[in-house]
Amino acid sequence: MIIARLLSLESWKRWLWTVVRLVLMAGLSFVILYPILQKISTAIKDKSDLYSPIVIFIPEHYSLDNFKKAISIMDYWHTLFNTFTLSAMTTILTAVSCAFAGYAFARLKFKGSNLLFGGVILTILVPPTTILIPIYMNLKDFSLMGLIPLLTGKSVNLLDSYWPFILTSVTANSLKAGLYIFIFRQFFRGIPKEVEEAAYIDGAGVGKTFLRIMLPNAVPAIVTVLLFSFVWQWNDSFFTTTYLTSGKVMSTQLASLPHNLSIMLEGGVATNKDPFYMSMVQDTGILLAILPLIIIYLFVQRYFVESIERTGIVG
Amino acid sequence: MKSILKFGMKRRTYAEQKALWGFIYVLPWLLGFLLFFLIPLVSSLRYSFSSIEANANGMKISFIGISNYVEALTVNTSFNRTLTTSIVNMVINVPLIVIFSLFLAVLLNQKFVGRAIARSIFFLPVILASGVIANLETTSLVQAINEQNAGGAVSGLGTSELTRIMLNSGVSENVVAYLTSAVDRIYQIVSQSGVQILIFLAGIQSVSPQLYEASKIEGATGYEAFWKITLPMVSPLILVNVIYTIIDSFSRSEMTTLIRETGFTNFNFGLSSAMAWIYFLAIMVILSIITFFISKRIFYQE
Repeated sequence: MIIARLLSLESWKRWLWTVVRLVLMAGLSFVILYPILQKISTAIKDKSDLYSPIVIFIPEHYSLDNFKKAISIMDYWHTLFNTFTLSAMTTILTAVSCAFAGYAFARLKFKGSNLLFGGVILTILVPPTTILIPIYMNLKDFSLMGLIPLLTGKSVNLLDSYWPFILTSVTANSLKAGLYIFIFRQFFRGIPKEVEEAAYIDGAGVGKTFLRIMLPNAVPAIVTVLLFSFVWQWNDSFFTTTYLTSGKVMSTQLASLPHNLSIMLEGGVATNKDPFYMSMVQDTGILLAILPLIIIYLFVQRYFVESIERTGIVG
Repeated sequence: MKSILKFGMKRRTYAEQKALWGFIYVLPWLLGFLLFFLIPLVSSLRYSFSSIEANANGMKISFIGISNYVEALTVNTSFNRTLTTSIVNMVINVPLIVIFSLFLAVLLNQKFVGRAIARSIFFLPVILASGVIANLETTSLVQAINEQNAGGAVSGLGTSELTRIMLNSGVSENVVAYLTSAVDRIYQIVSQSGVQILIFLAGIQSVSPQLYEASKIEGATGYEAFWKITLPMVSPLILVNVIYTIIDSFSRSEMTTLIRETGFTNFNFGLSSAMAWIYFLAIMVILSIITFFISKRIFYQE
């Protein structure tokens, strides 16, 4: 009986599928992890291993020299602190402003609110390159529609400071903010109306209802927005390189790493400029830039996976 | 004073009060929308129709009609090529990414040993494959050399065998080329489909299990259940994911680099804005065509 069941077509099919799935998962996981493994193996290699034909993954001589070089060129700790501050700041401000806007679009309908929500969709759809130049000009002579020159006599240059990031995130117009408003709106629409009505009957105003009742219920949406906003801000090079021309944050430092490296090497021994070696240090730099994200990801990946499932984007 | 204010508040009905608060909540966004989106958008449109001379005293904008657009389309050497490449790339990649991520979402939804690990690996690209990192990665020399040494661990997944088999069995050459190129770019596809997998996974999990149970009792196989239940139920998300994938491709597109270079390196703001607008319009056309065709086939439960 047991043998018959084991030999049946059904169980064979199930086993075959398990094996196929295992192979597929393992293979694709390898494809994803391969560049990271490669970087790690390059980063801990000694320079002499670079030309050794027997070294592919596991180096013959370990060394932390690459790390030291990359850290000193990128001014790593300083950069790390700056990037962290910038990302955390924009993330929190964006999440707050997007939560307010999303709630209003979901529940506090007023005349023309649907039209404005169309505007939110438009901000998602328009490529940021289209408005880049006017924004750049605007920030270079920031006048707030003529208000600032009225008060101080001349417009201010906001470029190369954190102000563009603060202003755009306070006003829920930072990187991909339209998407976050959309997420919040979808989520708040999913909370039953009765919850809200109960709060109103008990005498809570709109503000109190939002802060005390709706917001605590919206933790999955908040977590999603916080996570994505932090990661995307960390990795963003498009706005960061435009707004912050000389600020030391991760993406600008990474972009200028090859250049700085060649300057440094030329300053030393002139013949030292070896493209392989440069590439080696560059890989180490990339690894250093994503390392904090990977460490954070290890702790929060559970929320990453769970959060989207509960945000109701799909609902 | 206070009593007047109170009086003023009291006269509002409940709905009016809510509307007022709604407007107040939206206000920050609205300000930002005007300042950092609508005004720039309009002035970008204006720039695209004018020639701009920037000097120490500020900018001089003079209207010159559509000659910027003419220049972008006929004079500029790289614009047409870049535009077609980036659009063709998008059209090729979008179906691959969407189908691939749906497939993976179905797989990751099944119960198997190590599912938690597999999930966290598959969402890793969400945090890794964006911005500078992706740009620099393509230029890594050590990586290229190592791949050569290792006999091409990733790049040569052995598509040549597959190509021969498919060609010999009479599959059209274009189809073969498309499929093998997909296999060759597997890393690119995997790394771009993190968010899409998340969205599909969430969609699949919101399908009520009763449907599957009923179909199982009726004798449907897993294969049939996928086509008759899972696919129709997640079909609205296919549209969402297609749109997301297209938007996501902006940041990787060569067009973005070209527009930036024209604007900030050559300081030809007019031409750069014109290019950006052509790009934007081209994408809008594609998006609306896709939306039109997909939304006809979408199944909504209500």
